[in-house]
Amino acid sequence: MSEHGEQQGHIGHVVPVGVYLAVFIALMFGTALTTGVAYIDLGRWNTVVALAIAVVKMLLVVLFFMHVKYSTGLTRIIIIAGFFWLGIMITLSCADELTRRWEIVPKGWSMIAPHIYHLR
Amino acid sequence: MSEMAAHTPHSHPPGFAHQFETIEQQREAGTLGMWVFLVTEILFFGGMFTSYIIYRALHLQSFIEGSHDLFVKFGATNTAVLICSSLTMAMAIRSAQTGKSKRTIIGYLLVTMLLGATFLFLKLRFEWYADWKEGLIPGVSWIPSAAHTPGVKMFMCFYFFMTGLHALHMVVGLGILTVLVIMTARNRFSSQYYQPLEISGLYWHFVDIVWIFLFPLLYLIGGRYPGS
Repeated sequence: MSEHGEQQGHIGHVVPVGVYLAVFIALMFGTALTTGVAYIDLGRWNTVVALAIAVVKMLLVVLFFMHVKYSTGLTRIIIIAGFFWLGIMITLSCADELTRRWEIVPKGWSMIAPHIYHLR
Repeated sequence: MSEMAAHTPHSHPPGFAHQFETIEQQREAGTLGMWVFLVTEILFFGGMFTSYIIYRALHLQSFIEGSHDLFVKFGATNTAVLICSSLTMAMAIRSAQTGKSKRTIIGYLLVTMLLGATFLFLKLRFEWYADWKEGLIPGVSWIPSAAHTPGVKMFMCFYFFMTGLHALHMVVGLGILTVLVIMTARNRFSSQYYQPLEISGLYWHFVDIVWIFLFPLLYLIGGRYPGS
């Protein structure tokens, strides 16, 4: 079992404390920024900016705190697949739900089936 | 097994399961398995986020009204509290990785737990309790308000289900951290084997990420500027 070698040294990548602190400060800044921006009228862009900041914060946590920057390709594929499935769920659900319309009932139908009108 | 291992020069480090070639391989397998679980969690919370997106699009005005009933100061404070707890969790793992004393590791774990408990305390005492008093909890304590459009009730349902599920994950996280403190105190970890710390850390950071999205989506939606 000598191929195991003497398991000395660190297992896994040791992230410098400075990197953790930098990520921490960036996350705190992002929190302050997203809160502050909510008090400025950007119209529709408020939501876009808030979500963009949240995505950046998520990436910082995933890459550094969760060590994905130093992880294996297999782990990364699993993570990317997870977000891809999430994207499918959100996109297709929205594509279905947000494009549904109550059909306008043709005029003649009000005599044949008046209850359909009341459904609207 | 331990008797035999003790007499061979190639004895495995504590925590090294025999089915793995190297302890590094064991570590990668554990991380991969935890991420597979976290992907199911992403999709679990994702279902809620999806329905939130759809109902927000259908009832935008009500969602903005409901959002304005929440306290931004506590939402923002709790975001900061969770980010601090993520830092201390990362430091606990790093301490184990670099072979620091168990006092250091336990110290970081306890601070993480304290921050997690602070999050839950702020949420319960200053948010949910206030909502209960004001009658903003559908089905439990709901006082109809003339100022509210009917969709506000829908928003509050989303708010309590999403933050409630998140809080439940926090409680589970505190339980996991308790076990980690006991394991650390019993000298179960070393710079060679700290896997339970690492994969529990992944869980803790994941719960933090969920809140990173919940905070802007629930508290800041539609803006907080005058006239929003």
